[in-house]
Amino acid sequence: MSVLVGKDTKLIVQGMTGSAGGFHSKQMLEYGTQVVAGVTPGRGGEKFERRVPVFDTVAQAVAATGANATCIFVPPPGAADAILEGFDAGLALVVCITEGIPVTDMLKVRRVLEGLRGKTRLIGPNCPGIITPGAAGVGCKIGIMPGHIHKPGHIGVVSRSGTLTYEAVGQLTALGVGQSTCIGIGGDPVGGMDFVDVLELFQADSGTHGVILIGEIGGGAEERAALFIKERMNKPVAAFVAGTTAPPGKRMGHAGAIIAGGKGTAAEKIAALEAAGARVAPTPSDMASTLISMMKR
Amino acid sequence: MKIHEYQAKAIFARYAVPIPRGYVALSVDDASAAATRLAKETGSPVVVVKAQIHAGGRGKGGGVKVAKGGATEARDLAQKILGMQLVTHQTGAEGQKVRRLYIEQGLDIARELYLGAVIDRDRRRVAFMASTEGGVEIEKVAAETPEKILTVHVDPAAGLAPYQARQLAFGLGLGAKEPLGKFVKLMTALYDVVIREDCSLCEINPLVVTRGGDLVALDAKMTLDDNAEFRHPEWRELEDKDEEDPVELEAKAAGLNYVSLDGNVGCLVNGAGLAMATMDIIKHFGQGRGVAPANFLDVGGGATQEQVTKAFKMILRSPKVKAIFVNIFGGIMKCDVIANGVIAAAKELGLQVPLVVRLEGTNVELGRKILGESGLAIQAASTMADGAQKVVAAVAR
Repeated sequence: MSVLVGKDTKLIVQGMTGSAGGFHSKQMLEYGTQVVAGVTPGRGGEKFERRVPVFDTVAQAVAATGANATCIFVPPPGAADAILEGFDAGLALVVCITEGIPVTDMLKVRRVLEGLRGKTRLIGPNCPGIITPGAAGVGCKIGIMPGHIHKPGHIGVVSRSGTLTYEAVGQLTALGVGQSTCIGIGGDPVGGMDFVDVLELFQADSGTHGVILIGEIGGGAEERAALFIKERMNKPVAAFVAGTTAPPGKRMGHAGAIIAGGKGTAAEKIAALEAAGARVAPTPSDMASTLISMMKR
Repeated sequence: MKIHEYQAKAIFARYAVPIPRGYVALSVDDASAAATRLAKETGSPVVVVKAQIHAGGRGKGGGVKVAKGGATEARDLAQKILGMQLVTHQTGAEGQKVRRLYIEQGLDIARELYLGAVIDRDRRRVAFMASTEGGVEIEKVAAETPEKILTVHVDPAAGLAPYQARQLAFGLGLGAKEPLGKFVKLMTALYDVVIREDCSLCEINPLVVTRGGDLVALDAKMTLDDNAEFRHPEWRELEDKDEEDPVELEAKAAGLNYVSLDGNVGCLVNGAGLAMATMDIIKHFGQGRGVAPANFLDVGGGATQEQVTKAFKMILRSPKVKAIFVNIFGGIMKCDVIANGVIAAAKELGLQVPLVVRLEGTNVELGRKILGESGLAIQAASTMADGAQKVVAAVAR
């Protein structure tokens, strides 16, 4: 069992003919993801790797292949436009990997997304994507995460950071514990799915027995997650919040990772999560062991 | 990216947000000439000499002075301020050297208000905040008297609606016909500035009402969204390299994310989250033993060997670094690329401090082999915690 993606996911890649898009399209195909089409304006009619048809528009790709999800590798100047094109084609899931989209573009995207009232979900931007681990034909990897570190199982992982997600997954797999679905929601200040949206899915999924949540400094998403955990979740949640040592006012790599006006510190977030019943790992090396110790109780 | 007050005001002027008359001065002579020119233009000898640095609280720190006696007094004040180390609550104890001045006409002020626009990330809207408590730190007003801050959120599809501006105007006591119209016009222009100039923050503090009944932006603070740089080639002109940490600038030019910190362990990590977590775990094990991270450094997901070499050299050159921790979880980033980059830098500059390396992920075996055969004194770590403990032990006395 899993959330959002699995054996029925048919994927389009927007920006498939670019270098990052091409590299990761191959990786996704190798993992067993059903990549049914690519989209690059002006390159319609070509074949990627001699097998995947490329279209000029997302609408054409959907009409021809019945795709229900898209993964976006379009560079920042055209990325918001690519997301809107994905929305307009009626796809159930839009995953945007692109880093560096102007925030005013994302404000507009977000406004359109709200108007769709749940018909389409957006993951990202500036994220590693989403993966439901499994053998070819069962598993589904959409994004840039290294597939081989994952193992099918029952732990949901949700994170604002890419490599820290890999760290958590690596720890779980090393302990022999598999994952249901892992979702990187991205490091930008304005994006699609929030912690709460993902926790809601994990709570409802019978195949997910516990959750690792990885937050970082900036904004109030961890505090909202804490409220949801307290009021609506009965599955164990282990957490880690990066940036305890981050100086205020400095952007720490991610556009969204900044303590502004004294707000959004790791200490506040850790306190909120602990008060809600989540257990916060003392170091980033203990994310998996913290969750497993909760599940043995 | 932060810009200076005078640069922000030049942008305001293009959008017809009212500002006082003023001129930039890079020397004492400039300042004197600007004061003379302003006196001629305004008919009043009163000018304000304002230090231009990228930090708030300049007035309190002694970087803003009024000259009532015309050009001679302005010259004396400029002499004092230009070149001073201006210390404010935002600069840190060492302060920031003043290299530019802005000479502005003095105004007859009746009221000082606050008006600011920020991206409210939790509401996913541009938020306008206004307050009758202008001229003081808005964070202080928010903490002590939050009821004095009025807020409206703008729907990005509809844009700022006039009724929203009127809501703030009435709240600020600008409800009479003349100021109401002026405020709505100013705020509408300010929203255009935020959207078209890609501001992540745009603040007027104070927004003054003059005795003549005009609304004027007496100060201007603007932060531009770095992600929007590709559509603003003009921003290159606004950048003031003197205001930035030189190492951070060098990193930015190389496509690396770098932030200087106070500690003694240099960190080289891939990914922003993992880089922050690496700092945290060093502090966790190093606390009370005099060990802390010297930097945040994210080489990114797809760094080349040259970028890794550059990054490692930056760490090696820092005199405060007593040991180095390389922490990599390779996804797209391949471990052999990291290994080759580290070796190239160490061979060129020499490795005088302990080096702990933790490699995991894609091509990990190859990466470990390359490091093992390099002849460098490297302590291999099996996990992040193992690596952090080893690097702390190497530095702690």
